[in-house]
Amino acid sequence: MHDKIIAKKDLDSFVRSLAQSRDVFAPVRDKASMGWAQIDSADNLEFDFLNTDFSPKAFFFPQNERLMHFTNSSRDEDGMIMEEEPPRDREQVLLNIRPCDAKAFCVLDLVFCQDENAPDVYWKDKRDKTVLIGLACKAPCPTCFCTSVNCGPHHEEGLDMLLVDLGEDLLARPLTDKGQELAADLQDAPQEAVDQAAGQKKASEEAITSTVDMSKINERPVLEEYEHPYFDRVFEACINCGTCTFYCPTCHCFDIQDETQDEFGHRVRNWDTCMSWLFTHHTSGHNPRGTKKDRVRQRFMHKFKYMPIKLGGAIGCVGCGRCTRKCPVNIDVRTVVNSMNE
Amino acid sequence: MNNPYLPYPVRIQRVEIATEDKSLRTFDFEFIHPEHAEAFTYLPGQFAELSVPGYGEAPIGIASSPTEGSHLTFTVSKAGVVTSKLHSMEEGEIMGVRGPLGHPYPLGEMEGKNIVILAGGYAVTTLRSTMVWLLHPDNRDKYGEITFVYGARTPGMLLYKDLLEEWDARSDVNTYITIDNEVEGWDKYVGFVPQIADQVSPKPDNAVALVCGPPVMIKFTQPVLDKMGWTGDQIIMSLENRMKCGVGICGRCNVGPYYVCKDGPVFTKAQLDELPKEY
Ligand SMILES: Cc1cc2nc3c(=O)[nH]c(=O)nc-3n(C[C@H](O)[C@H](O)[C@H](O)COP(=O)(O)OP(=O)(O)OC[C@H]3O[C@@H](n4cnc5c(N)ncnc54)[C@H](O)[C@@H]3O)c2cc1C
Ligand code: SF4
Ligand code: SF4
Ligand code: FES
Repeated sequence: MHDKIIAKKDLDSFVRSLAQSRDVFAPVRDKASMGWAQIDSADNLEFDFLNTDFSPKAFFFPQNERLMHFTNSSRDEDGMIMEEEPPRDREQVLLNIRPCDAKAFCVLDLVFCQDENAPDVYWKDKRDKTVLIGLACKAPCPTCFCTSVNCGPHHEEGLDMLLVDLGEDLLARPLTDKGQELAADLQDAPQEAVDQAAGQKKASEEAITSTVDMSKINERPVLEEYEHPYFDRVFEACINCGTCTFYCPTCHCFDIQDETQDEFGHRVRNWDTCMSWLFTHHTSGHNPRGTKKDRVRQRFMHKFKYMPIKLGGAIGCVGCGRCTRKCPVNIDVRTVVNSMNE
Repeated sequence: MNNPYLPYPVRIQRVEIATEDKSLRTFDFEFIHPEHAEAFTYLPGQFAELSVPGYGEAPIGIASSPTEGSHLTFTVSKAGVVTSKLHSMEEGEIMGVRGPLGHPYPLGEMEGKNIVILAGGYAVTTLRSTMVWLLHPDNRDKYGEITFVYGARTPGMLLYKDLLEEWDARSDVNTYITIDNEVEGWDKYVGFVPQIADQVSPKPDNAVALVCGPPVMIKFTQPVLDKMGWTGDQIIMSLENRMKCGVGICGRCNVGPYYVCKDGPVFTKAQLDELPKEY
């Protein structure tokens, strides 16, 4: 597939054509923060931003999602029988998504679609109907460490197309059939643009100076890592607020609840967090992760030890740094991982 | 593509108050659509989510055996929101069952071996399923000696009394039914399961033990088995953790890297010895 080029001044018609038959979303500025919003032109597109505050995981895994509905009446002939919610009827595009967030979807595919005969149909339906057009990172934030967790500022995995900001123009690299289709009308990129993008990739990778080392974590048996003395200290500052899990693009724990109003009822899933004591609380009162230490340890063991074991080496972290930026008591995931590795 | 969250609609066929303190009820369900009965292929040791629209779901071990026909049996302790609602439901009412979930006991690997079953309290549910399955004419010959030890607090707390009588009368299974304390008219065993296991002293040679019961029973049974020379890979247990999805996605029920719902609930003692005690 050839690299293509698109002038920023021509982006508007590109976005408008995308939006004709699809819902297009992109990071846009909202006062001091960046958030995802629906767009139908290039007017509000941004190219100088670090990353969105919230990860885009809600596009596939909404914070609250209706899974099924039912008629809440035993008298009704079809009552008390769960019916699936209908699938999406339109395609969507996530434009200017950061490579780490796209990579996070690949990790979560391994979880949500682990059983190919019975995948999580709600996740899969939205994944199948979405095009991901990434924007490579020019100036990574100081909290990023993507390069040491199988990712990077120009990482292509999971994207249909990667855009590289070259100033006046964008290099557009189609990566899948879907990406190829969208790039069909674009001009081939001149060699100097391709070289410029390659140079930028190298510079961005070099700009990421913080790293984590998982070598010892990988080698040690589960119990030995679990009993690491470091866990006796790290939990003390944590207030189990769950902020880190809600911001994280790979955190995917959820709860399922039923709601009824008169004759109508539905079953919903909501984001949940392993930081809550209720998460594992048995009805008997017994709690397998009853202490704050247990819960903090679970979050890090899950991402950096359990997920690699279960998911053929995939790490439950893409190095986006959101948890570090958002934690109210300054728990830094890089320090935690490097200490777990001591 | 099957939706793993969508329960099969079922009708409550029969409800029975199972114990004298009324804390347990046994339910039989029939599938409303025959193709769902067909699709629900299970083996002893697996569980299902009982789904009560408007209240939620509770994971419950399947007490029936597939050799008994297409209905499903569950024995449910009244505990929280869903199970209390279930206890108020009657024959004929419609609800859902989602499953079968988890792995069964390793019935294939157990072939040719002697089988020792140690059960305490209402954890006997999936072992009822196992016993019925093992004793079925199609299966009995594939296994060696079968020893079944089951204890409850009082005679009135024993589940499945008709079956217990039947097994007690059979010559091809050694049945030991026990209650905690002496009661007038009781002519079977008295004592806790670990004590009876100690007396029975089942040999570990070419044998597998299935152990299910409350944590205190497990705790005191272990040293008894150790003393007789049983090793961790011969002891099979079934875990319980709080669950939601039942299919290894929602992240709730893990013990180390393994999900009790998807990778369990059946684990060997040897497997569990390598994992955090988060259950
Ligand atoms: C594999 C497996 C097999 C099992 N087999 C059996 C069996 O054969 N028979 C049997 O009787 N039991 C069995 N159990 C146990 C059974 O699953 C539980 O007793 C059951 O799930 C309790 O459900 P509930 O809805 O009644 O309780 P819940 O109401 O869900 O109670 C759960 C706990 O969470 C709290 N809680 C729930 N919802 C909320 C909320 N929204 N906000 C705050 N707190 C909340 C409650 O206070 C309670 O302490 C099994 C469990 C597993 C995992
Ligand atoms: S753990 Fe932290 S750095 Fe890693 S992906 Fe989640 S939010 Fe980003
Ligand atoms: S954001 Fe910080 S304080 Fe809050 S749960 Fe996560 S680690 Fe703990
Ligand atoms: S119940 Fe959801 S992962 Fe086990």
